[in-house]
Amino acid sequence: MDFNWLFFWILAAITVTSAVAAVLTTHIVRMAFYLVVCLGAVAGLFFLAGAYFVGAMQLMIYVGGTVVLIGFGVMLTARTPFVRMQTTPDQWLLAMVTAATLGAMLLQATLRYPKPIEPPGIGEPAVSPGRLGTAFLGLRLEAASSGTSSQTGGDGEDAESLGVAYLLPFELVSVHLLAVLIGAAYLARPRRRPDQETGREGEHAGAERSGPGEEPRPAAVAIASGGDS
Amino acid sequence: MIVLCVTALIKIFIIIGALMTAAAYLVLVERWVAAWVQDRLGPNRAGIPLTKIRLWGLGQPIADGLKFIFKEEFVPGHVDKILFTLAPIATLAAAVLIYAVFPFGSLQWMAGGEPIPLGLVSGFSAGLVFIFAVNGVAVYGIILGGWASNNKYSLFGALRGAAQLIAYEIPLSLAILTLVLAAGSLRVEDVVAQQAESGVWNVFLHPLAFVVFFVAATAEAGRLPFDLPETEQELVGGYHTEYSGMRLMMYLVSEFLHMITASFLIVILFFGGWHLWGLTGAEEAATWPIALLRVAVLLVKVLAVVFFFMLIRWSWPRFRFDQLMALAWQVMVPWGLTQLVFLALWLEFVEEDPWSRGWASAWPLAAANAALLAAVWLLTAWVAQPYYDNRPRRLALPTKATVASQRAITAIPDASQAN
Repeated sequence: MDFNWLFFWILAAITVTSAVAAVLTTHIVRMAFYLVVCLGAVAGLFFLAGAYFVGAMQLMIYVGGTVVLIGFGVMLTARTPFVRMQTTPDQWLLAMVTAATLGAMLLQATLRYPKPIEPPGIGEPAVSPGRLGTAFLGLRLEAASSGTSSQTGGDGEDAESLGVAYLLPFELVSVHLLAVLIGAAYLARPRRRPDQETGREGEHAGAERSGPGEEPRPAAVAIASGGDS
Repeated sequence: MIVLCVTALIKIFIIIGALMTAAAYLVLVERWVAAWVQDRLGPNRAGIPLTKIRLWGLGQPIADGLKFIFKEEFVPGHVDKILFTLAPIATLAAAVLIYAVFPFGSLQWMAGGEPIPLGLVSGFSAGLVFIFAVNGVAVYGIILGGWASNNKYSLFGALRGAAQLIAYEIPLSLAILTLVLAAGSLRVEDVVAQQAESGVWNVFLHPLAFVVFFVAATAEAGRLPFDLPETEQELVGGYHTEYSGMRLMMYLVSEFLHMITASFLIVILFFGGWHLWGLTGAEEAATWPIALLRVAVLLVKVLAVVFFFMLIRWSWPRFRFDQLMALAWQVMVPWGLTQLVFLALWLEFVEEDPWSRGWASAWPLAAANAALLAAVWLLTAWVAQPYYDNRPRRLALPTKATVASQRAITAIPDASQAN
């Protein structure tokens, strides 16, 4: 008996439901929360497939890092208690095109596999971090390949190529987090002179000075684009 | 497969049951420690229910639990109901989930058989990354609970909590990265095995990383010098001001679980896990008595660290928020970076594998790291002169330089009069 199918369907159902909920709700913080649930369930799918390192990284970077910063941006920019936002038709269109492209690519990649791969047990990971701890710093690669200390990161794998292979993803991760950081700083910047930023906001400049009830448009746009990544 | 599922369920049941009981009784222990520190008696009356037997107050957790269960679960009208309900659940789930990767040693069921690892997901190849990740998820319970309460104090508490947890995650990660660099692996078991095989605990080998980790773990657990998210004197109750009944209990239990988690991590990463010199042995496979002894050693160490946390709670005043942030960014992050770079340089240029012959080969690194800790500590103390005035820094007492310059200014008219 194998219960992997059961957990797969549970996690897949959570993923799809929360993804749909994140798209349909008009409530910014709830949207971020559904996104967290969705990303967490995807991390669960990674764990189920035996890609423990990818799953843990998904949890750490997307769930733990990105969305916390998004939440910060929203909470620091929201001027009313429960902010609502509407997705405009052009945003719907753009999102649909992006999602359809990604969906087609994933579907094609899935159908090219002749049969489902058997997930490995807990002891033998499909993707092992191996000597990542030393390798991603770029140091001790010679020591890693000669294999001096007692480490059991898989027998047949070449530790040196593994270490180099993980250097690039780590750099990409840091660049990604930097982009998010800059985005959050941009969202939280003081807006004293709204009429000088864009023509669109300039039209509403009078309304914005009149009180705090104005809809924070930049935050809403950033959330929509943050959800696509 | 069925056997695997059943054993997994049994392990989950044991761990969650033990955690909940431990949390309940550690609340009692914390109250006893508080009473001991403050020279009181503490809770000593509740015993076996419906009898007059007191049992030194050991029935207190039952009474506390019943009180929480029977309290009204009041949901204020102004909250966001979905997130208000989900936030404590997320907090508790994240707090429990982290225990999946803690190793309790391993057990050789029969002579010559395969050793069975004790622990939920043993041999998890990315265990340390998983610990970071779940630790990061814990922020959501605080931030969502405080936001959904739609209350000024709750939101203040949530923002403080989120800022504090994110800030201290960085030194925590740097300290763990040091150990990852040392062990050459992301498996928690490998970190323990390295300490057990060489007999040199990481606390002696990397004292600077230990100091950074200890402070950051205390802050992550929100224990008293760092309990800014729920300062009673400033924020009513912090991020869980609006909560009551079982929902409040979920928050309180997960706070306690965070403290126990921090203790487990400190013991596993820095104090050798289940290893104790001359008692537990170092090889991976262990027979029944040795395996039980190892679990006992681990739990005794964890309880000792928990006791130390409780003593800290009743001996330190709370930090101010600017002090908290300054400690994280100006002290702990540079210290963690220093330790990481120092170890990387040492492993690259001085000695590749200081663990190979135990203390005989590890002592130069231990001595160098101890010297590094002292140097960094003294340097920080010299650069950041202490100010004994507890007002914010811009109002602090004048330093030597300003006093001297003021004297010089006031001295001029005196000199002219004398002439």
